[in-house]
Amino acid sequence: MTVFDGLIGQDRVVDVLQAAAAAAASSVRGDSSAGMTHAWLFTGPPGSGRSVAARAFAAALQCPQGGCGECHECHTAMGGSHPDVTVVVPAGLHLLIAEAREIVASSARAPMLGRWQVTVIEDADRMEERTGNTLLKALEEPPPRGVFLLCAPSPEDLLPTIRSRCRLVTLRIPPYDAVADYLVREGVDRPTAEFAARAAQGHVGRARRLARDDEARRRRRDVLKLPTQVETVGGCFAAAAALVGAAREEATVLTGELDVAESTALRDALGDVGGRGKARPRGAAAAVADLERRQKSRATRTQRDALDRALIDLAAFYRDVLAAQVGAQVDLVNVDLDRTVRALAESSTPESTLRRIGAVLACREAIDTNVAPLLAVEAMALSLHAG
Amino acid sequence: MTVIVGDEEFLVDRAVSDAVRGYGASGADVRDVACADVSVEEIAELTSPSLFGDTPVLVVRGVQDAGKDLAAALQEAAGIPEARVVVTHAGGAKGKAVLDGLKATGARVVEVPRIRSPRDREQFVADEIRAAGGTIARDAVGDLVAAVGGDLRELATACFQLVADAGPSVTADDVAAHHRGRAESTGYAVADRAVEGDVAAALETLRWAFATGVDPVLVSSSLAANLRTIAAVASAGRGSPDSLAAGLGMPAWKIRRAQGWARRWRPDTLRRAVLAVAEADAHIKGAADDAAFAAERAVVVVAECAVA
Repeated sequence: MTVFDGLIGQDRVVDVLQAAAAAAASSVRGDSSAGMTHAWLFTGPPGSGRSVAARAFAAALQCPQGGCGECHECHTAMGGSHPDVTVVVPAGLHLLIAEAREIVASSARAPMLGRWQVTVIEDADRMEERTGNTLLKALEEPPPRGVFLLCAPSPEDLLPTIRSRCRLVTLRIPPYDAVADYLVREGVDRPTAEFAARAAQGHVGRARRLARDDEARRRRRDVLKLPTQVETVGGCFAAAAALVGAAREEATVLTGELDVAESTALRDALGDVGGRGKARPRGAAAAVADLERRQKSRATRTQRDALDRALIDLAAFYRDVLAAQVGAQVDLVNVDLDRTVRALAESSTPESTLRRIGAVLACREAIDTNVAPLLAVEAMALSLHAG
Repeated sequence: MTVIVGDEEFLVDRAVSDAVRGYGASGADVRDVACADVSVEEIAELTSPSLFGDTPVLVVRGVQDAGKDLAAALQEAAGIPEARVVVTHAGGAKGKAVLDGLKATGARVVEVPRIRSPRDREQFVADEIRAAGGTIARDAVGDLVAAVGGDLRELATACFQLVADAGPSVTADDVAAHHRGRAESTGYAVADRAVEGDVAAALETLRWAFATGVDPVLVSSSLAANLRTIAAVASAGRGSPDSLAAGLGMPAWKIRRAQGWARRWRPDTLRRAVLAVAEADAHIKGAADDAAFAAERAVVVVAECAVA
């Protein structure tokens, strides 16, 4: 067992990282440090395991055995409680410049346990230019034992100046079999594992959720009803409202509990016990407003992510339709919807299927440029209707 | 002491000037301060009887924000018969204790009315015209409010002006002659004209909207909302607005209006319009240089779809 067990179907990457961890260990002993780099950029499609790879590598750097997966160092590093591993996850729409300054400061500290001061930045693509530049100095002239592990979907998502200072690790989309095997190891039965691995299109986290969570499976089925609902213009508007509503609901479930917990914690910290006529400390209202602003940003992002997942499922559905139309010998993503796929394949042309895939992708792009989600999805549904 | 209660800024100002005039003071003899800028000592100084009788009138605004000490000082001042003090209070629950305390001392209380609904505004216009020594026709009141907008200061000026220029009895024609074209305009108004298919009126309303500082984002969102309503009402089938209201989850007046619009729309035009609005929304939010142009373009396309 090693810390890299959670990386599914990424054997080549694991070799690179293990070699680097060995080089790092020799550098800690005072021997040559050739083979180790102070800044790494993990890229790959969503769900391929960027952050898993980064955390596993962080653990391998801290572990005296190079990532045994069993010692205290490995457990704490993977679990996020190692004193020398800082994991930064931008919770809102962006990583704030103040957070970046914090990162620069903490990365310069000497490692408490004497090995490496590792900073993992998940979703480094959520940095704006100014934030990126704040970080750049630390990447350019790293502290002696500082290691930065950035994660982003693709190298193009980062400033060229940052990109050029990082060693690139590219993760591939894990093969269905590898994902299914992993799910079976986790205790999922074989047929469900096969179904989830395909439906998630190589997104490991999503495959796990689809295999384990009935609610997630139900949501996916609801989303994939949309192609049959857009037969009338009225149906388009209704389907769009349902899709956006479901995304909002999913986001509320995900963030709602957290919001309440945070607000309660803040109120406790401010000593606001909610009694009438009790004076609140100075600045309390501002702190609460600030928290609410960050929570709103997070809710927006969660809702967008949920909607984006739905759109990816839709695009995959039309991809299956297209495959059936042109008679391509490829595996279907949506094995469970075989009949619907074939029916639509027979009643439409490959040209219109391509236009429909284009409409779904255009909708993702529109939402990314801040178009009102409901309006963007309505426009997409109407384009799907027209074919 | 005079206590003025209400939060309609213009009317409060007017009540303050009336009260100051009532104390026989002119501009130079008035010390007008916000509650945060005045100290307890200052109040004591300005309200104590003076040998020479030249203390200015003290106006303290927004006493709902007064602290304990200040409230006590004002309370004391209210008890001095010859003190010339005017205080304003926004009304409502905040600082209610201060207000009650002042009332209890027997200070003169002037309540300023709240102007909220269009009806309030029309009543205000009628009162203003009467105060200026004129009369106004019923339909002219509505026209004037629609043309000048909701700002009371501007409405009051317009009333005074109309009586001065058009003589004691003001008609709808007088209002039209003095206020042609100028209208307060919103994204909703633009979208309503557009889905009615009136290109010229929609564009005119849009320009007015931009001139009064309406954000283009509100134009595209209102257009989208109207198209959405039309689609919902059209696919709900026939039926009286009241019976459809519960099922569609919108008020009956909205349904009645949308049923009128829906007659102009067909599925294919609706589709074209929504696509145009969605594209414009992206352009307005930064995908293109000129947000105003993108909004204008969407309005034209929607209006054209309505008559297509």
